Amino acid sequence: MSDIKIKIIDREGTLHEVDAPTDMNMNLMEVVRSYELAPEGTIGICGGMAMCASCQCYVKSNHELPEKSDDEEAMLAEAFNVEDTSRLGCQIHITPELDGLEVELAPEEL
Amino acid sequence: MVTTDILIIGAGPTGLFTVFEAGLLKLKCHLIDALPQAGGQCSEIYPKKPIYDIPGFPEVLAGDLVHNLMEQIKPFQPGFTLGERADSIERLDDGSFIVTTNKGTEHKAPIVAIAGGLGSFEPRKPQLDNLNRFEDRGVAYIIRDPEVFRDKKVLIAGGGDSALDWAIFLTDVASEVTLVHRRNEFRGALDSVEKVQELKNLGKINLITPAEVVELKGEANLTAVTVQKTDTKETIEIAIDDFIPLFGLSPKLGPIADWGLEIEKNAIKVDNTLDYQTNIPGIYAIGDVNTYPGKLKLILCGFHEATLMCQSAYQRIHPDKKYVMKYTTVGGVTGFDGSKKEAPKAVVKSID
Repeated sequence: MSDIKIKIIDREGTLHEVDAPTDMNMNLMEVVRSYELAPEGTIGICGGMAMCASCQCYVKSNHELPEKSDDEEAMLAEAFNVEDTSRLGCQIHITPELDGLEVELAPEEL
Repeated sequence: MVTTDILIIGAGPTGLFTVFEAGLLKLKCHLIDALPQAGGQCSEIYPKKPIYDIPGFPEVLAGDLVHNLMEQIKPFQPGFTLGERADSIERLDDGSFIVTTNKGTEHKAPIVAIAGGLGSFEPRKPQLDNLNRFEDRGVAYIIRDPEVFRDKKVLIAGGGDSALDWAIFLTDVASEVTLVHRRNEFRGALDSVEKVQELKNLGKINLITPAEVVELKGEANLTAVTVQKTDTKETIEIAIDDFIPLFGLSPKLGPIADWGLEIEKNAIKVDNTLDYQTNIPGIYAIGDVNTYPGKLKLILCGFHEATLMCQSAYQRIHPDKKYVMKYTTVGGVTGFDGSKKEAPKAVVKSID
């Protein structure tokens, strides 16, 4: 059992520092949901298949993240409010290397 | 007016399986779904993806699961209203309900089962000022009849299959076709991408990438849009008659949220100690659309909820009848179409 610390700025601008387990096959979107940092039904709508952009976030720290898959690239090409730092939370697996990661949740698409 | 015993809103796996469980109790079902085909998310979002937690199926593709469910419920002859969204509900004095769709189709039933999943799939709309004002006045999200674009100047935005396919199709209909996409790369069938390349080379498609529509212009009707190149920030004004943003679909709970049902966490609260009934007697919510303590949005949980819900519906419809659940292995399955499936009888024969 090993946890890392992640800083998450929610859609209201509030910063949360949370513990995320590296041994539960979790991704960033699931961490956000497990702490209920965004209302159910507004994040992770497709369940984590990179088929919606409800878990889009902006990476604020300089961590080296895994390359985007074609699916993630394609989804971000059609999402709204996309920045150069945009990633889909569901495609970022929680690993020890991500300790100290800081992200901000993108606004909800209306 | 469509009349039935159980009106199911949502033709995803949970809604489809409800038809089977209701059929065993001799209750007829009709399903409404906003999508043009049955299967819900399984058909619309991930038909080619495997599911590993359907009991008895070590692995099944979502599309195959839907196909199998359709086979399983066929003897019970469900009715379908597809491509229409359930919009309003009215309760009659006799306790039955009338549900009307966005296209005005009316359905009457004593029981309504909401199996709406994440909601109805609506086109994703770009975030542009005045977008609502120009809807049906030069902005369309769905192409129902391509002929309305005959000899018009059309601009399509998006980078997926539907954007590519419609851009190709409309070159033969519209006077001008412009395709705008935020990336240089398109995600679509290889054939479509190559065809667009060919039409671009022929000057039949005006391709602008990487770019985005940033502004809509016009008085009563849309007359022009401003397109901004993503790399150079250069802006171009393009005179058009029609703007068609094709950014896929996303689910919205939609009008059901205004039916007077108790909503929590974007889902409908139900009684999970008994029968998944909502706060309105006679209206049930099953599958991903409901919530209760410990809720899991799993297809297998939706199947269970549908089964218990049908027993409760039976008692509401037939308060005076006695009934006990019967195993299909014992009772077989008798369809409304006259078909009968049953376990083969053992042969009694002496051996000489």
